[in-house]
Amino acid sequence: MRTTHHANVRSFRLSTRSGPFSLLHPQNLLHISSSASSSAHFPPKKMLARLASKRLLEIRQVFRQSPQTSRSLSTALNYHIDSPDNNPDVPWEFSDANKEKVKEIISHYPSNYKQSAVIPLLDLAQQQQGGWLPVSAMNAVAKVIEVAPIRVYEVATFYSMFNRSKVGKYHLLVCGTTPCMIRGSREIEDALLKHLGVKRNEVTKDGLFSVGEMECMGCCVNAPMITVADYSNGSEGYTYNYYEDVTPKRVVEIVEMLRRGEKLPPGTQNPLRTKSGPEGGNTTLLSEPKPPPCRDLDAC
Amino acid sequence: MGLGLLASRTLRTTTILSKSPRIFASQDPSNALRSIVSTPELQNPEAAAAAQPNPTPDLPPRTPVAGARVHLPNPDDAIEVFVDGYPVKIPKGMTVLQACEVAGVDIPRFCYHSRLSIAGNCRMCLVEVEKSPKPVASCAMPALPGMKIKTDTPVAKKAREGVMEFLLMNHPLDCPICDQGGECDLQDQSMAFGSDRGRFTEMKRSVVDKNLGPLVKTVMTRCIQCTRCVRFATEVAGVQDLGMLGRGSGEEIGTYVEKLMTSELSGNVIDICPVGALTSKPFAFKARNWELKGTESIDVTDAVGSNIRIDSRGPEVMRILPRLNEDINEEWISDKTRFCYDGLKRQRLNDPMIRGPDGRFKTVSWRDALAVVAEIAHQVKPEEIVGIAGQLSDAESMMALKDFLNKMGSNNVWCEGNDMHPCADLRSGYLLNSSIGGLEKADVFLLVGTQPRVEAAMVNARIRKTVRATHAKVGYIGPATDFNYDHQHLGTGPQTLLEIAEGRHPFCSALLNAKNPAIIVGAGLFERKDKDAIFYAVETIAKLGKVVRSDWNGLNVLLRNAAQAAALDLGLVPESGKNIESAKFLYLMGADDVNLDKLPDDAFVVYQGHHGDRSVYRANVIFPASAFSEKEGTYENTEGCTQQTLPAVPTVGDARDDWKIIRALSEVAGMQLPYDTPGAIRSRIKTVAPNLLHMDERDPATFSASLKPDFCQKMSLTAFGTTVENFYMTDPITRASKIMAQCSALLLKK
Ligand code: SF4
Ligand code: FES
Ligand code: FES
Repeated sequence: MRTTHHANVRSFRLSTRSGPFSLLHPQNLLHISSSASSSAHFPPKKMLARLASKRLLEIRQVFRQSPQTSRSLSTALNYHIDSPDNNPDVPWEFSDANKEKVKEIISHYPSNYKQSAVIPLLDLAQQQQGGWLPVSAMNAVAKVIEVAPIRVYEVATFYSMFNRSKVGKYHLLVCGTTPCMIRGSREIEDALLKHLGVKRNEVTKDGLFSVGEMECMGCCVNAPMITVADYSNGSEGYTYNYYEDVTPKRVVEIVEMLRRGEKLPPGTQNPLRTKSGPEGGNTTLLSEPKPPPCRDLDAC
Repeated sequence: MGLGLLASRTLRTTTILSKSPRIFASQDPSNALRSIVSTPELQNPEAAAAAQPNPTPDLPPRTPVAGARVHLPNPDDAIEVFVDGYPVKIPKGMTVLQACEVAGVDIPRFCYHSRLSIAGNCRMCLVEVEKSPKPVASCAMPALPGMKIKTDTPVAKKAREGVMEFLLMNHPLDCPICDQGGECDLQDQSMAFGSDRGRFTEMKRSVVDKNLGPLVKTVMTRCIQCTRCVRFATEVAGVQDLGMLGRGSGEEIGTYVEKLMTSELSGNVIDICPVGALTSKPFAFKARNWELKGTESIDVTDAVGSNIRIDSRGPEVMRILPRLNEDINEEWISDKTRFCYDGLKRQRLNDPMIRGPDGRFKTVSWRDALAVVAEIAHQVKPEEIVGIAGQLSDAESMMALKDFLNKMGSNNVWCEGNDMHPCADLRSGYLLNSSIGGLEKADVFLLVGTQPRVEAAMVNARIRKTVRATHAKVGYIGPATDFNYDHQHLGTGPQTLLEIAEGRHPFCSALLNAKNPAIIVGAGLFERKDKDAIFYAVETIAKLGKVVRSDWNGLNVLLRNAAQAAALDLGLVPESGKNIESAKFLYLMGADDVNLDKLPDDAFVVYQGHHGDRSVYRANVIFPASAFSEKEGTYENTEGCTQQTLPAVPTVGDARDDWKIIRALSEVAGMQLPYDTPGAIRSRIKTVAPNLLHMDERDPATFSASLKPDFCQKMSLTAFGTTVENFYMTDPITRASKIMAQCSALLLKK
């Protein structure tokens, strides 16, 4: 949906413009040749106008269908809206066990650079809270590292791994960066959202699942991939696993297995691949590789 | 450039081109017509550099940009760099951008601000540096010896054009409805350095506006993420509320949680924001900046005397902006200074009025009003005549008031805030002797009964600057209050002062070890009965800590009102105590903060002033006077610097300058004062306080305080009080201001 409407906007804008500039755009060229004449001549004025109004209608349609604007971010809003369970007056403290961990984390940094502990502490707070950071948790972190709360908010809003609204016990993150997108991450996300009956960043009624988007996690070689952040066992049993080479069918299976509480091995979900090796076993480097020639002094 | 000129230039270029292409090739490509088509030079900077002629040896000397000064403390630390072939000597540690400024080349910039830390995130300041593979951000790059900086090469130009295109990508095209229009850095720099078209065809992003309070209006979609406002709030204002939230194209400035900007300096973000993202809320959609007439004046809402520019349109003051004065307010002003102007239009006194027997005021002519007052002044005994100058009075009118009352035989005249027994004998006893700028040299501060943040916001900003830069220690004695820097609250009253004076307090060691200790005593203590004892204790501490030396005078008094210093210089000191209790004829020259409870019921009160403020309720006769924006008046600030206001707008109704009213009254009363021009009254001032004629100069006190006779008086142990209850409303103008009322309602809520 997002791409189509962008493409619409672009071709609309360019096609209404005359001059050599608009011709430079390959998409525009395509557009003109498909809808007007087969040569690179400019379509006559009238035609342009009609074309433009047609596009405009299309754009309107797109907007009508999706009330969401063109920008749909992987993370939520960049500002906080008070709600009954998330406002600065809700008391929040690190649990006793975590207080020890806080001490340990802070001990890693020089005492005059306490603020460097902000990311590990936010992570700890997020685990304790079951996957998300209420504003009072951020305030608590700010107090621990003795900075103004806004400095913590800045960090928490920067990283999409920090969830500032509630997530499910299992937070499923779909990688949306180019390699995964080319390999079908959009379909993966659609399958998940459809199966769970939620929107992005929404939690299922039973509180078990939520789906979010994230950026490249560095395993593009096994694209597409999802990550499951598992908060079902508190911060002790917290896991964050990658499931790679997923298909729309497979992610639904993964969801059901998680629901049943089954453990499933992380990594590639393609039975034909080992780790990031090629499907069906190695195709090169089948024998013991030869040593580099310079080592073997006799051979050279 | 006119169109015709442009055309002829084009023609010439083409003829040259057709006749001898070689000449054209060797020409600086910047002279050629600009086009978006990339030239081969752009692809190959080396070739372009080689093609350029060698820098001519005798370049004309250039003037540094915006008065940029080079101060070479140690000649050994100087390095030489070349800016466009022009050699400049600069001290080590300067950035490339500063070097260019010294060389007279203005580098476009958005995020760099000389008074804030360097962020280097807008990239507008890119220049070419020889031997560096890419253009460098000059604001964040330290200049190195022998560096060859090029600011007008094709590479630098292309870089700027590219940055500009990126910045404009998400910037809305709403200049026609933007209040910054006409004084917008983005507008100006895109005209000067940008391209005439962009290639971005996607949707622009939009950002939710934030609510920062009644003073700053936000249109966050216009923000270019330069983070100047964040750095200002954190570094100068000392309120860490603003931050940069999110990342990438979702990045926005905000407070995350709903929060107003509760700083007394918040208005300055309006000036530093290079675009129209942060603009003045009260000024929104009121005027375009090119319609305004600027008058360079000074501020009178506190004793700092911040330098301001009053922007007016016709008879109306539209806004107030700061003027640069390194010694006083740098380039900031407080919110009270900036936004009090709407008070100048409300509750003004237009005509002379006399209270009738029914208790209502009746408008009369000047002649009648003056006659009535003169007659009554003659009916009372001379010692029953009392005059009080208000906190906004200028030196001229205070001189006239004192002269007039003396002629009538009374010497009961003082300025409010100075109380009955000011110690006006020695100037050093009531001035900020270190000077405001000089406070930056101090390394330990002892604040006695003063809350600089509300009494003199700009002095507080200086202290904060020093504390941030040098980790100077601050000790404070007084009621618990808000500070925006680290401080130790030593105690609440004279008890602590005594402990320090006797060397029993742990803070003493800090004072003794300090190189340049500074003691700042609040003028609020003038009002205490035991003030002599307190000042004696302070002087003991000063002696103990060697605060007053030949090279450093750290014993300061922080005054509260604009009129105070000049009043003490002019000797507005009453003869006896219990003046108000026995007064039969009270002349209030804009004095609204005097307590009139003890005034006898049959006393006749004349109120001369510009606002229908507190004292008007008790007045029998009202003389309308002009406000500081409407007259030429001399003021002396708390550090002893004499400055002048200039009339920006005509006065309202039938009001007159303060001194002229008193001059007229003296004539009607048959005691004519011997001056009728501002020049004449200034020569009179010269005989009393010559320093008040040295405009824009600080006359330091000559005698040091230690000459004072030792004095012992019982000190009472009541704690020091707060002098300023409400920062936003301290004088008749600010009390009449709607904006200030909004501020006190919203921002002072605890
Ligand atoms: S609001 Fe203005 S000052 Fe602040 S980051 Fe945006 S453009 Fe810069
Ligand atoms: S793009 Fe998905 S992991 Fe790299
Ligand atoms: S001014 Fe140098 S990067 Fe912004």
